[in-house]
Amino acid sequence: MNQTENKTTNIVFRVRRFDPAKDREPYFEDFTVPVSNGMPVLDGLWWIKEHVDPTLAWRASCRMGVCGACAMLINNRPGLACTTQILNVADKVLLLAPLPNFDIIRDLVPDLQPMMESHRKQMPWIVRDDEEEMLMPTDQYWQSHEDLDKYLQFSYCIKCGACMAACPVVATDSLFPGPQPLTQGYRYLVDSRDGAFKERKKILSSELGPWSCHYAGECSAVCPKGVDPARAIQLMKRELVLDYLRLNKRRYKKAAGLLPPEKRKGRREGIPEPPPFTVEGAASIRPPDRT
Amino acid sequence: MRMPHTKLWSWHIIASVVLLVLLGLHIAIMHLNDILNLAGFNPYGANPIDWENVAFRTKQLSFTIIYILVLAAGLFHGLYGTQTILFELNPSPRVRNWITGLFLIMGIGLLVLGTWAAIAGRTTALALTR
Repeated sequence: MNQTENKTTNIVFRVRRFDPAKDREPYFEDFTVPVSNGMPVLDGLWWIKEHVDPTLAWRASCRMGVCGACAMLINNRPGLACTTQILNVADKVLLLAPLPNFDIIRDLVPDLQPMMESHRKQMPWIVRDDEEEMLMPTDQYWQSHEDLDKYLQFSYCIKCGACMAACPVVATDSLFPGPQPLTQGYRYLVDSRDGAFKERKKILSSELGPWSCHYAGECSAVCPKGVDPARAIQLMKRELVLDYLRLNKRRYKKAAGLLPPEKRKGRREGIPEPPPFTVEGAASIRPPDRT
Repeated sequence: MRMPHTKLWSWHIIASVVLLVLLGLHIAIMHLNDILNLAGFNPYGANPIDWENVAFRTKQLSFTIIYILVLAAGLFHGLYGTQTILFELNPSPRVRNWITGLFLIMGIGLLVLGTWAAIAGRTTALALTR
């Protein structure tokens, strides 16, 4: 297309509105937005806010698909507003609504707190018994490419909530944690630096585990980062079943140690040593207790 | 009521494998005998449900054990699966406990009844064909 052309098409944004202070129930409101080629949904919402209705509410931050804040239902499919181009998904009407399976705070803003609490219950952090080394590290923990490959894909999660909105089990079963917390649970379950397999498997043997997942696969279909939560959940089930049948060697594995001496290359030439502490007592400061 | 989900799920999978193998055997012996000609299981002619063939199989201890295994695997797989489906309707914890309790009683009761029937069948077959 000629770069000097700036043809616009009028697209109707049909947005689900709800202000709990004023409205008894949600309703749809239409806005006609001039859309040019390449314009994402997020830019359309900004246009509405600047030219038509400043009260329209949504979450957004990075504008580039890395923060997950602008996840919403776009033409009945969860997605990110900043990375979805309007003309790719609509030619006359674009339907926008807040993510389902969450309470609505206002307009397109869902209450993600339940997801975050569920996520926290999965212990989404490395647990080791060498606390001194963790708080004041002397070297890197050794991890091979194969070790990294086991969890790297699942670490790309941006906590947007699209998978939770798409999951049919989250829609019906209030006890099911959902694809996002479970994927992060698996991410740490198979991280070779983690030493808490026994504690994690106790959590996952309860209702906080993956057992209600029926592998619908919708979570993976809508994930904007290619995390594939459905795969993580099935791999998690396999790990736990193999462990129960005593066929899994992970239960006997210690957490990865420091880089072996022969692999340490030392400080590269030309890189200076860190400067000394200038604040009295700073050398003995420890980070606060995370628990 | 504690729910050791990993354990239950693992046995659900094991039960499905047991059913796959033993039901496969059932189909081969009872329904495909004309094609497979399994004389070892139907030595008195091609019709598996002829009295002589039925009595022959029922007298074998191995068949009694297989019947009980199929019953146990089928009951557990079916009842646990049904419980999972019912739990997805989001019942209250009290209703969940009732469902689990009812299925436990049904499952154990039917297992006992079916085991008695399998053993009684064998005893009767042995007595009648002496």
